[in-house]
Parts: sequence; structure tokens; C-alpha cells
Amino acid sequence: MLYIPCPYCGLRNETEFHYGAEAGVGYPDPNTLTDDEWAKYIHIRANPKGWLAERWVHFAGCSRWFNLWRNTVTHEIGPAYLPFTEQPKAPSNIGQEEQKA
Amino acid sequence: MSEIKFIFDDITYKGHHGEPMSAALLRSGLLTITNSTYHGRPRGIIGLGVEEPNAIVQLISDTKESMRPATVIEVADGLHVSSLTGVGALPEAPDEARYDKTNHYVDTLVIGAGVAGLKAAHEHLQLGRKVLLIDDQPKPGGHLLHLGMNLPSVLLDIFTNENLTYVPRCTAIGLYDQNYIVAVERRSDHLGEAAPAERARIRVWHIRADKVVLAPGAFQRPLIFANNDRPGIMLSHAAATYVAVYKVASFRQAIVATIDNQGYRDALRLHEAGVKIEGIYDVRQIASGPSIDAAKAAGIPIRFRTAVIDTLANEKGACTKVILSDIDTNETFERSADLLAVSGGWTPIADLPTYIGIKPQWSAKHAAFLVNHTTDILQTAGMLAGEFGGDDDPAIFFGPTLNDEQSRVAYIDFQRDATLHDLKRAVGAGLQSIEHIKRYTTIGTAHDQGKTSGMLTIGALWQLNNSTEGKNHSLSPADIGTLSFRPPYIPVPFAALAGRERGPLSDPIRISPLHQWHVAAGAEFEDVGQWKRPWYFPKTGESMDQAVRRECIAARKGVAIMDASTLGKIDIQGPDAAVFLDRIYTNMFSTLPEGQCRYGLMCKADGIVFDDGVTTRLGKNHFLMTTTTGGAARVLAWLEEWLQTEWPDLKVYCTSVTEHIATIALVGPKSRELLQELVTDINISKDAFPFMHSRNTTIDGIQVRIARISFSGELAFEINVTHSYAKHIWERLWTLGRRYELTPYGTETMHVLRAEKGYIIIGQDTDGTQTPYDLNMSWIVSKKKEFIGKRSFQLPYLQASGRPQLVGLLPEDIDEIIPEGAYITLYSAQADEDGKTPHTGFVTSSYHSPEMGRAFALALIADGLNRLGEIVSIPIGKKVLSATICDAVFIDKENLRRD
Repeated sequence: MLYIPCPYCGLRNETEFHYGAEAGVGYPDPNTLTDDEWAKYIHIRANPKGWLAERWVHFAGCSRWFNLWRNTVTHEIGPAYLPFTEQPKAPSNIGQEEQKA
Repeated sequence: MSEIKFIFDDITYKGHHGEPMSAALLRSGLLTITNSTYHGRPRGIIGLGVEEPNAIVQLISDTKESMRPATVIEVADGLHVSSLTGVGALPEAPDEARYDKTNHYVDTLVIGAGVAGLKAAHEHLQLGRKVLLIDDQPKPGGHLLHLGMNLPSVLLDIFTNENLTYVPRCTAIGLYDQNYIVAVERRSDHLGEAAPAERARIRVWHIRADKVVLAPGAFQRPLIFANNDRPGIMLSHAAATYVAVYKVASFRQAIVATIDNQGYRDALRLHEAGVKIEGIYDVRQIASGPSIDAAKAAGIPIRFRTAVIDTLANEKGACTKVILSDIDTNETFERSADLLAVSGGWTPIADLPTYIGIKPQWSAKHAAFLVNHTTDILQTAGMLAGEFGGDDDPAIFFGPTLNDEQSRVAYIDFQRDATLHDLKRAVGAGLQSIEHIKRYTTIGTAHDQGKTSGMLTIGALWQLNNSTEGKNHSLSPADIGTLSFRPPYIPVPFAALAGRERGPLSDPIRISPLHQWHVAAGAEFEDVGQWKRPWYFPKTGESMDQAVRRECIAARKGVAIMDASTLGKIDIQGPDAAVFLDRIYTNMFSTLPEGQCRYGLMCKADGIVFDDGVTTRLGKNHFLMTTTTGGAARVLAWLEEWLQTEWPDLKVYCTSVTEHIATIALVGPKSRELLQELVTDINISKDAFPFMHSRNTTIDGIQVRIARISFSGELAFEINVTHSYAKHIWERLWTLGRRYELTPYGTETMHVLRAEKGYIIIGQDTDGTQTPYDLNMSWIVSKKKEFIGKRSFQLPYLQASGRPQLVGLLPEDIDEIIPEGAYITLYSAQADEDGKTPHTGFVTSSYHSPEMGRAFALALIADGLNRLGEIVSIPIGKKVLSATICDAVFIDKENLRRD
């Protein structure tokens, strides 16, 4: 079970959170997009092997949304940050390289 | 140690309090414990702990816990068990023992109280850290306990350190990300009859640790040879421990078969305890070390390059003779022995690290897979990390070459009766991956999950590949790979995992403030999410159908009352509340005048209907949204998500007020007349208080908000009141209502009434793929504004013809209530050449309508809105029903009744 640092409440068990997929995908202006572009916004999210900035919400705690770096291979947790704030750098992919080796 | 008595298979045995049951049984001379599951072969104890594949028992105590190895049960007065032939039985009665759980946060968790674990605990305590030490044995010491040795004083001292929490009989069953560990502690079984009644039998530990040290130790492995499963053939370390430490004096004459120096050490212990060692047979060319010198000095015969290939048994099936083979000449010879002690090397317990994806690495030096892992948060120690100690130089050898006949009785997984022959057959069938072979042969799938058989399988496969039969030459067992382990490490009773969260405590129960009234009125209840809602209110002797019929008629002809308090309610306030709702709902809310209500539909961005409900504008910047009973939390989360992550500029606050406000629906043509008796402050006439308006007033001096909302199509009033006054209002209506034959109704009648009017229930009449257009609700989709989901309506697949659309359905047989979920096909007269009629939809809601005097249904049918009047078929078992597609509004299409 992941141990997730809620920016408001501190470290809490994964069961207190809901997952919100890739972070930083803003709601686009619907009327400027082609059907394909709009369908991509609705259905397609990044799912890389390695570090991914994700959205999480602390639904069983403060109900606040935040973003979090997480390694999808090693499940390492990186820094958490609030929406509309500067994204911290992705942690290095050392863990991931080890997995491949 | 005090002497105790226990019962095994109806026979009373003596033992020493706290010793393993296996020791007591062996001391009494019981070699054969059970017969094997599939081949029915006699089997005895071979191990010392959870790795035991044979001696499996079922408790005959209250709990009837099954599949427990006799090697891990501590005997106590009152213990009563029976043997199992590998298949346990769940008891009929619920397990009434007490189970609990605890959460623990600690600086360092050490798993395993052997020497390596104790050393690690000592080091971390020295650094001033708080340490939790868990171990599955009753006492600390690990391997030293098996040797009957005391702990060195430096390690004993840690037990007086106040920063140490030591938990014996506690087995880690799972290791998860970020050092989350689940462990089960057995707290009372070992006390037998003396166990305090209030003590939890098993406590489940949920542990988070900054650092984890894994020092789980290792299991000794058997060797593969013909008839290697006979009682009297044991792992050498177990045999020596039973004889030397537990004073088992049942063996006279032993042979030791070994691939490492452990066999010599165990032979010496047996020898010192008075067992005659006929010989140590070592597969290696040469061996050296103090244990070999000591064995020679003790006069024990030693022969190298020799392996056991077969054994012979007496009439009871126990081992009497051992057939040995010279590895170089294949010359065989026999020796007598009632104990064959086998040392096939050590297999470190790698289960826990593999749960989080750490791969064990092969070490030829150790003839074993090791996990030598050190990070800031996780560290392995002891045998798992390759610290085998001693003077070992093991051979990489798992068993001699065997012919077909021998292979059939050369067991790899004792519990599954899986043999070397089964393995050869799997390879012959073309299987190469160890994971496929596991599933083909069932090796490693029993209660012990391959604790002794896993490494044997890898080794045997490697040997097969390198033999003349082999096609896939592999350099070392590492090329075969390792089996995946999965939690739990040992079987755990479900009752322990459930703890106290059983029965009514398994999930929170939510009740309305009127619940006790419903109970007293004899309501039958229905679970809606966590809510208990009255389903219907049967009078004495009434069936559900009769009750619902009576309730429906009351609502349509007289006056009826329903508790709608469970509806989700969200208080939405702020200067941008109206703008926000315009973006959330498909229809416009900024134009809604204060004091009025509007039905709203919300979609997800993909254009699919997500929830619905009536929202009332209480003030310029103040709305009260209602949601479906089951959707309240989902909708609030949805609103918060948009406010927080997309529109932080909007000044809006959302607060759940579901529990704060009770809602009483007064429904039926006589509802106004009844309500008029209670409401005197305001005029509630048709003209003064129109449909979809909301009024604040008082009843008996209590503030209430009354809304003209109808979920039945009838004249109706929804009375909203602070939950603590709900009972008063309800009872006042009830008393005054006697004159009007006021009838309480539940969710079933509510469903019939709303379906007659074609009102949807999201989740029942939708399956997560419907747009508002599919539900014939284009009237609710605003063309004048943007809202979530709007853009998707232009997508070709949502515009395509043939989409399932919500329609009504009238069965030809007016008494035939079509089962909900039933498939709808084209009319049977339209069958194709093969007599088949294609699927064209399904029934979503289906009831009997007392108003219409017939059965009716709602259905999602392909292009249904363009097919009104068409006859379709509904196959139910062998019957084929016919029904006509119709408009989804069955009664009062002109909406005349609501006023």
C-alpha cells in the first residue's frame, strides 16, 4: 500500500486517496478542438514506465486535490505539489534503470 | 516444562507444554500422520515449521481452523486436533473467537528474531531508534533454539531496552510498498484451556516502518529420489532437532544423505543423542571443514559421490532400507535405517522481498537464491543475505538421475503429490517457463505454497535440461528463474482478517431520523448504498405485491407519505455558484429565480449522463442541490474536482448536508388538503404555490422549507426540516392523516410511480453509456451555454444511429412482469434463415402498474425512439414473450395531475 504525502495532512495510507490519472492535463477550450483532439482529451492519458506526475485526492481526509510524482515501476513516491503551482523536477530514474538492469 | 495431554485423531498423547505438536507425536513413536491427498501414500513429519508439507491438521476447538501444520502448533492442555489428508473443511458454524487488529508506526521493524535479526535490532537500538521485533517462534533465538543453545548476553540484553517491542508468535504475511507490513500474531491458542476469554485469538498488525530489516532465515530442502516421501525420511536439521532438543527417542539407526556440511553437523547431533549413524552419504567429490573432521573423529562412516536413489518400507509404509548409488559407477547397494535424514541445502526465505518486486539472485557458492538488498529503507540480513555461517561448500544437486518408474514415486511437492515424472511430462508437453510448469503440475500451489518444493522444481528442471533428455541447456538454476511468491506468507483465517468488522460492523449503516418509526410500522428494508431505506410497509398477512399495490393506489388516489431523507443534498454557496452550476448541469441554472426549483442532469466530459436531481435556489448566491441517494459522495467529489483543479477562480463552497436535512414527501391528490391543516403561515393553493416552487414557513413553530416537487407525477409536497425535528413533523402528519387514510410507502412503490411517469433512475435505466439524447431528454440540453460534456455530443459515435434509447415496453400478456435485465430481440416473426432473431436491447425497469392494471417496463432499445409501436420478443428460459415498444411516459402525459 502506497504511503502518500498529502500536502495538507501529511503521510497517509493509499486507501484514503482516490487516483486522478496524469496531472497537468488542463480542460481545453472544447470548441477549438477537432473531434480527434477532443476524444484524446477525454480518453487518453500518459501511462509511462517510470516517473509520472499524477493527480490524487485525499477523499477520506481533507478532500483536497494535489499532484504527486510516482514511479509506476518501482512505486517510489516523489514530491507532492499543489495544482497551479510550479511542478518540481521529476525524480531521477535511477530506480527504474536498476529494474531494467 | 509441565506435562500436558492433548488429543490427536481421538487418541490422547502426552507432551511438554509449549513444544511443537510434531515433537510430541514423534516422541510417542507416531511416524505416519496421514495419507497423501491424491496418491494415498503414508506420510509423516519432515520439517520443523511452516514449511511442513505433510503433517496438516484441523483444530477441533470452537474455531475449527483448518490446514495448520502440526509443526507450528504448541501443545497445551485441551488441545484437540484431527489429521487431514491435505484437504481442509470449512466449519458450518461461524468462528466466534475474538479477533482484532492494531496499527503500529515504528522507526525500525525487524522481521525474524534469529541471530541476524537480534543483531540488527541491537544495532538500531544502539542508534536510539524504536524497534519492533516480530518473530513466528514462541521464543527469540531462531536457529539457536533448534540447536538448544542460549542467546549470547549481548543479544539477551536488548529485551530490557524500553525502545524494543518484541512480539513472539507473530508472522509477517505481507510486505508492500513504502514499508507497509501486515503480520498476524497468535495470542491464545498456545495457552489452551488457560487462555483468557477476553484475549483476541489472533491480532493482525498493520505496520509502517521507516526501516525494515528482513531476517527470515531459511528452510532446508529435501532431495528428489524414488520413494522419498516415506515416514522416517526427514530433513536432517529437523530430525536432529527433534532428537537432540525435544528428546525424541524413536529412531535407532540413521542414514544421512547430504549435499553440504549441514548433514555432518546434524549427523553429529544424532550421534551424540544416541542414534546409530550407519553412514553419511555425500554427493560431493570432496568436503572439508570442522564438521567433517568431527564426524570422522566420531567414527561415523562417510562415503563421497554417493546419492540415495530409492527406499524400501515396512508393512506400515515407514522407511526401513535405503538404496544408494555410486554417482560415477551407478553401482547400487542397500543399507538399513529407520531414519533417513536428508540435507538438500538451504533455501533462504525470499517470499517477502519478492512481494515488492525484488528478484532473488542465484549464488552458486550457496547453491541457493539470495536476496542481498540494502537501501535506505529496506535491508536483508542473515541467511537471506547469504550469511550461511558454518563451513558450507554445498553441491548444486537436487537428486540423482532416475528412470521413468522411479520418477513416478519421486516426490517434489508432497502436499500436491506432484512427482519428477509430472515435471518430465510438463517439459515433454513443451512447457519451458517455470510459471507454466507450476500451473501444469500444480507444484507449489498447496497450503505451503512451495516452501520446500519451489527450489526443488527449479533444480530438477535445470538438471533435466542438462541431462541427455534435455533440449534446453541451461548454465545454472538462475536460467530457470524463480517462482513468484504472493502474500500471505502463511494461510490466515478470514475471520482474523475480518477482525471485528463482521456482520453489522462490516460496513457503516446509515439510517434516517425516521428509521425507528419505520421499524415500528413494520417496514421491510432495502439497502441503498449504506442506507437502510423502507422498501414497503406490509400490513399483517400482506404479500409484497399486495402492499405495493395498496401503496401505489393511495399515492395516486388519496395521500401517501414517504421518507426521502436519504437523497443526497449539497449546499452550494458563493458569488459564482450560479455560473458554476451552469457549467456542471446540462441545463441553465443562472436564470432560475430565487425560491424556485429545477430538475438538472449532469454529464461527464464524455457526454454520458452521470447524476440527476432537483436543485433549489435559496438565495442569489445560495443553492441546494439534491443528488441520487447512492450518488451523493460521487457528485460532491465531482464538484470539488472541478472547483479545485480547473476553476479555482470561481468563488464557490460546496458542503454535504445530506444528514442535516430530513425530507418528507407528501404525495397524492389529497396531499394539499392534509398539509393545509398544518401550514397556516402561507397560502399553499395551486396558484399561490406553483409547481417547482419552494417556500419557507413553519409547522408548529418549527422552520420548514416546503417544495412542490413530484417524483410520482401526482400533486406532492416535499417538506424539508432539520433532522432532529423530522420525527415530530412526520408524526403530526401521521396523526392528522388518519382521516385521509394516509399511507406510508417505500422505495418499491416509489419505483413503480416514477416508472409510470417515465422518470429515470440513473444506474438502473442507464448503464453508463447514455447521453441525454439517448434518454429522450434533448429538452434539458441547453444550446445557449457551455457545460461539461457538451462538446462530446458532436462526436460521431454519439450521433450514430442504432444507439440504445430509453423507451417504454408493454407486454402482450398484461400480467407478465418481464424480469429486469432480460434481453430483447427482434420480433420472432422477423427471424433470419437460421431462425435467429438478433439482440436489440434489454429491460431496465419492470413492474406491475395498479393504475394501468397491467405490467409495463422501461427498456434500452437500439434506435428505440424511432421504433414506437414495433413488436419485439423477449426470450425467458423456454418462453418467448412479446411486447410493444411505446413512449416511456405511461400515464398523465399532459402533466395535469401534479397541480
